[in-house]
Amino acid sequence: MTRTVRTTSLALAIAGALTLSACGGGGFKDDSGSSAPASASGPVDLKMLIASSGDAETNAVKAAADAWAKKSGNTVTVTVASDMNQQLAQGFASGKPADVFYLDASRFADYAKNGSLFAYADQFKDNSDFYESLRQTFTYDGKQYCVPKDFSTLALEINTDSWARAGLTDADVPTTWEQLEAVSKKLTTKDQVGLGIGVGIDRLGAFVVQNGGWWLSEDGTKPTASTPAVTEALQYVQRNVKAGNFKMSNQLDSGWGGEAFGTKKAAMTIEGNWIKGAVKNDYPDLKYKTVELPAGPKGKGTLQFTQCWGIASDSTAQAQAVDLVKSLTTVEQQMAFADAFGVMPSRQSAADQYKTKFPEDAPFIAGGEYGHGPINAPGMEQVVADLNSKLENFGGADLSSVLKGFDTNAGAVLGK
Amino acid sequence: MTTTQTSVGSGTGRAPRGGVPGAGRRRGAPQRQSGAGWLFVTPVLVVLGLFLVVPIVMALWVSFTDWSGRGSPFSTGVGFVGTDNYRALLAGPGLSQQDFMISLRNTFYYVIGVVPLQTVGALLLAVIVNQRFLKGRTFFRTAFYFPSVVSSVAISLVFLFLFTGTGAVNRFLGIFGIDGPTWFSDPRGLIHLVGQGLGLWSIDQPPAGLNDTVVAGLPVWQWISGPSVALSAIMLQVVWTTTGTFMLMFIAALQDLPTEVEEAALVDGANRWQRFRNVTVPHLRPTILLVVTLGVIGTWQVFDQMYVMTQGGPAKTTLTPAYLSYQAAFGQQQWGQGAAIAFILFVLIFVLTSLQRFVLRDKDEAARKRAERRQRRQQRAAGSGAAA
Repeated sequence: MTRTVRTTSLALAIAGALTLSACGGGGFKDDSGSSAPASASGPVDLKMLIASSGDAETNAVKAAADAWAKKSGNTVTVTVASDMNQQLAQGFASGKPADVFYLDASRFADYAKNGSLFAYADQFKDNSDFYESLRQTFTYDGKQYCVPKDFSTLALEINTDSWARAGLTDADVPTTWEQLEAVSKKLTTKDQVGLGIGVGIDRLGAFVVQNGGWWLSEDGTKPTASTPAVTEALQYVQRNVKAGNFKMSNQLDSGWGGEAFGTKKAAMTIEGNWIKGAVKNDYPDLKYKTVELPAGPKGKGTLQFTQCWGIASDSTAQAQAVDLVKSLTTVEQQMAFADAFGVMPSRQSAADQYKTKFPEDAPFIAGGEYGHGPINAPGMEQVVADLNSKLENFGGADLSSVLKGFDTNAGAVLGK
Repeated sequence: MTTTQTSVGSGTGRAPRGGVPGAGRRRGAPQRQSGAGWLFVTPVLVVLGLFLVVPIVMALWVSFTDWSGRGSPFSTGVGFVGTDNYRALLAGPGLSQQDFMISLRNTFYYVIGVVPLQTVGALLLAVIVNQRFLKGRTFFRTAFYFPSVVSSVAISLVFLFLFTGTGAVNRFLGIFGIDGPTWFSDPRGLIHLVGQGLGLWSIDQPPAGLNDTVVAGLPVWQWISGPSVALSAIMLQVVWTTTGTFMLMFIAALQDLPTEVEEAALVDGANRWQRFRNVTVPHLRPTILLVVTLGVIGTWQVFDQMYVMTQGGPAKTTLTPAYLSYQAAFGQQQWGQGAAIAFILFVLIFVLTSLQRFVLRDKDEAARKRAERRQRRQQRAAGSGAAA
């Protein structure tokens, strides 16, 4: 029996020693909240983590990074993440994150709050050239942390064959909610619905913006979903869903609006500029055109989706990282990215060039002027996910109780 | 206590384990041996400690902190929050409690659906392919075992296609005039559907009594939903995949069954069912315990299918504790809560497994052990009485 005790205590001692050595062994680093950029001397090796949409994007980013590396005498290692959120989180936890990385707007606030990000936007002399709303998206606690990489907006896609078959002409393109309702009714047939909308607030939110509302107050401190501006916008969509001239993508056995549109289950849909690539690859015979979203009672409105070039506060070569980001966000480089994989430049000075080169994308880039960024308060992910799950069965949802629930949940998170 | 045991030991003729006068000379040898033993197990201890004990201790610590996932969880900036994370999950009120309770409900229905089906299915398949006169036995064994060796991610993707609204499954149902559901986007619970079919209630207007009574952050109406259509599709897939693995264990046990016993039963005039019920199944009891235990542990931890196919949707009906833990940590940067979920899940599985071991224990064996203990106690009482 004494032997058992000795065995156990020895095992515990070994385990304890391992715990101590694992924690003291430099695997982790304590917080260092310096604001001056850390600058390593001599040539550095920057690590870059990106979430790529495919070979075109990977190669374009690699080429741009290599060009900077050659010019500046440093090296850049570009890694394509298979699960961006997980790999970013692992990097931050280890204390040795990638120096430069793609950072999605919806994740931004959480990382800004816990001090993972290096705020470098003030080192950009021409920072004001980036769209105001995009800069706002990457602002936490009054400080803009990073510069937007590019952006996308929502617009209205119309199947031109169905349009002509319903006897509609260019003059009928809807510019108000009433007109949208009218044309969607005309376009609805036995096997095609007028407007197919993707599930969740990333599409429905556009109607909310057009009605002058938003889920949170503009400073992101108070929930405002249970207000007439938000409720009425959703009621407008719900009324049409119940009438059958709008349908949500899950009613059409589709994963997203573009699938319902491509398989001709919907004559119109509301999607972003990524639909171009999807149609080209999956539905090459589809004939369609893109127009701006119709204006609501409070004017034009759409949603913007964006990512920024994040730089880690734990990076040891922040000065070089900022220099790299500067070279990646010039007008020429943004246009090169637009050419390679179809993203829209986040600089206003590139808008004219972009419109000349891609005239069919004018409705998307117009959204840069009046679009609204995503919810970017920290800790909101779970609350937004809950709202989305309750709006899944949109036609049957009890809107006022769902929105009240959102306000309660968001209030609990924001009040912390 | 030790001395009493030794005296009992010597009484039954076993050699005393030490403390015999005059044996001091030879004491050094066993100690050197034990040193060598420690040397040999050190690699295992280091590996286990580094990859098992240390992470578990760290995770336990994290579950009591508000660590945000940046830098070391042991650094000074990390706050100790006591049982806050556990309280948010178990006592609420709030989204964390609601989501955790939903995940427990989903997994509960998932476990009571999957474990019996896969155990019975595996046993049946094993008995069938173990028949000595079955032609092509090897082929069937391979075929039934095949799903187990294919990656669960690959199988999940195939099932996604099979179960789309216009997929093969619904086409097949269409032959019989059944209009199949849009499986993976259908959040309606099976018990809800059955109740609606029987005219007990309507899903769109749930009975107010059930919908307004809230137990642990979730209305009773939600608790009794049953697995959603989407979760049922995942359950079918998991049963199909794991049955083969457990079939293998049953086959191994069946091959241990002595032919003589079965022949003896045959001579006694037992029919096929009686032989199965009274000879085969009792013989398989340890294997059944193993299969059910592994099944319960595996099903409570289900993660792959949700990660690949549904991400917890539709309407959170495929949310499981393991996936919720992943989401809380990597998605919401609430690492403390993620770790807390993992530990609650551990306790839950531990309790359930112990309970089930108790229920499925060999009752004859337990009775024999009890009798032995009683006998020993009596002997001891008699011994001490004699010494006095």
